[in-house]
Amino acid sequence: MKKMNEKKRTFLWMTIPIMILFFCFNTLPLIRGMIYSFTNFKGFGSYEWVGLRNYINLFRDARVGNSYLFTFKLAIVTTIVVNVISMIMALALNGKIKGKSFFRGAYFLPNVLGALVVGYIFNYLFTYIIPAFGKVIGSSALQSSILASENNAWIGIVIVCAWQSIAMNTIIYISGLQTIPEDVFEAGALDGATGFQKFKSLIFPLILPFFTINMVLCVKNFLMVFDQIMALTKGGPAQSTESISYLIYNNGMSGGQFGFQCANAVIFFIVIVIVSVTQMNILGKKEEQL
Amino acid sequence: MKIKSKGINRTNWPVMILLIIGLVTIIFPLYMTIVIALKQPSEMTNSIQGILSLPEKFSLANFAEAMRVTDFWHSLGYSLIITLITVALSIVLHSMIGYAVGRNKTKSKGYNFIYLYIVSGMFVPFAILMMPLVKQTAQLGLDNWVGVIILYVVFYMPMNLLLYSGYLKNIPVGLEEAAYMDGSSTWRTYWKIIFPIMKPMHATVAVLTALGTWNDVMTPLVIMSGSGSNTLPLAQLTFQTQFGTNYNLAFASYLLALLPILAFYLICQKQILNGVVNGAIK
Repeated sequence: MKKMNEKKRTFLWMTIPIMILFFCFNTLPLIRGMIYSFTNFKGFGSYEWVGLRNYINLFRDARVGNSYLFTFKLAIVTTIVVNVISMIMALALNGKIKGKSFFRGAYFLPNVLGALVVGYIFNYLFTYIIPAFGKVIGSSALQSSILASENNAWIGIVIVCAWQSIAMNTIIYISGLQTIPEDVFEAGALDGATGFQKFKSLIFPLILPFFTINMVLCVKNFLMVFDQIMALTKGGPAQSTESISYLIYNNGMSGGQFGFQCANAVIFFIVIVIVSVTQMNILGKKEEQL
Repeated sequence: MKIKSKGINRTNWPVMILLIIGLVTIIFPLYMTIVIALKQPSEMTNSIQGILSLPEKFSLANFAEAMRVTDFWHSLGYSLIITLITVALSIVLHSMIGYAVGRNKTKSKGYNFIYLYIVSGMFVPFAILMMPLVKQTAQLGLDNWVGVIILYVVFYMPMNLLLYSGYLKNIPVGLEEAAYMDGSSTWRTYWKIIFPIMKPMHATVAVLTALGTWNDVMTPLVIMSGSGSNTLPLAQLTFQTQFGTNYNLAFASYLLALLPILAFYLICQKQILNGVVNGAIK
């Protein structure tokens, strides 16, 4: 009996202090953020309760609305681009090629580099190299920087996000492909399954769990995009590339909208939870069916 | 059996060639960074050849200047300290709570609640914590690198708890039971038996936590920027204005910021790839 108590006590000592730390620096600021969202706090000085006014104003604020539209557009397009290319890359890297580990290592490289510095390098590439290249081949579309265009700057951000994320998703798809036994392919080959058909009916269903992981990872990461925006456009031109995180940071920390942006952050939190949970449910159900 | 002889044990050359061409997308940005970092502003012209040609003479002057401007060694030092301490604390603390929670969550509602409570922290975006945390760390005097470490230990807890408690499922309880029978305490059993057995998971946790903290900008940006010290990525952000239009200097600085992680990747490529894959799939 004494032994049992010793065990219980030790387990509690292993858990409680760490849990308190988690509470203090995760749950407590979360609660405080929710409280601030009902005030007109500017980040300094005194403040008072404003009830739901911040939330009502959020839905009327065009800048906030645009940042949600931009962020979702970016997340959806980048997720599709990244997953299509990653899948192709994974099939290629898992195929019959020489120097497999070299190629895998090389193609994974972008993922370990810091997003901010990568953003700065691509910023230069978009601003100087591509326009200079446009001059050489005489294309007027390429001669101005993509990042300076209100309509197209987001494409630049998609490219940079994709460049780094494809590496990660490819590696996950490769490990998915490696779980498929060799005889599945051979059986498929005997049945005459080739090309896209083979992929659709044989390979894809078997790596569906890895597809789920990639979808959830991608959407969540891209919805929270920040570094790339900071390095490439700082939300411009004309606020056309302001992501939600960037807007909260920019206006909340230095724009005197502390309380208002806290309300924005609460909505953002709810959106992330809804998106992640829905995604896992839909994709989870699909997996069960198979 | 025509298909078989065609498909197996043969190198697929078209794919191979496409893969080699594709490498350009990886190599070109890096080549550009290196070339520009080695040149002087006078060597740069607006034409594409002018930008991408090799430097006329090899000079490390830009690097020396970039190191001075961004206070490179101090930033590197802070980045190293923050990453190393975060990784060490994560391995010790997260494996401990992972063990306690992982072993008890099926039997005890309380531990199961703690498990769900911490793991659901994964859904909390930094954006909502950011503003209150700036106030809170300032009030506690933690608006510096120490505060950043504490925050990282908290932010990586959900993922690492998930990883450790998942890994524990593969370790039979009988192992610990035997140790208890011999009179070993729970605490001792954990350190002597469980902690060493979880070594593969320690490697995964170390890789994921290290990559995440090393490259992170947002946390040091909001917590440390008033303290006068920088991490390596933060220094690039802080000194953007000082580089002005001297891109050669800026690129030397970017390259310096990328070098440590590049070197680490070249040395530990296998462990990093394994770690990343394990972390994502578990």
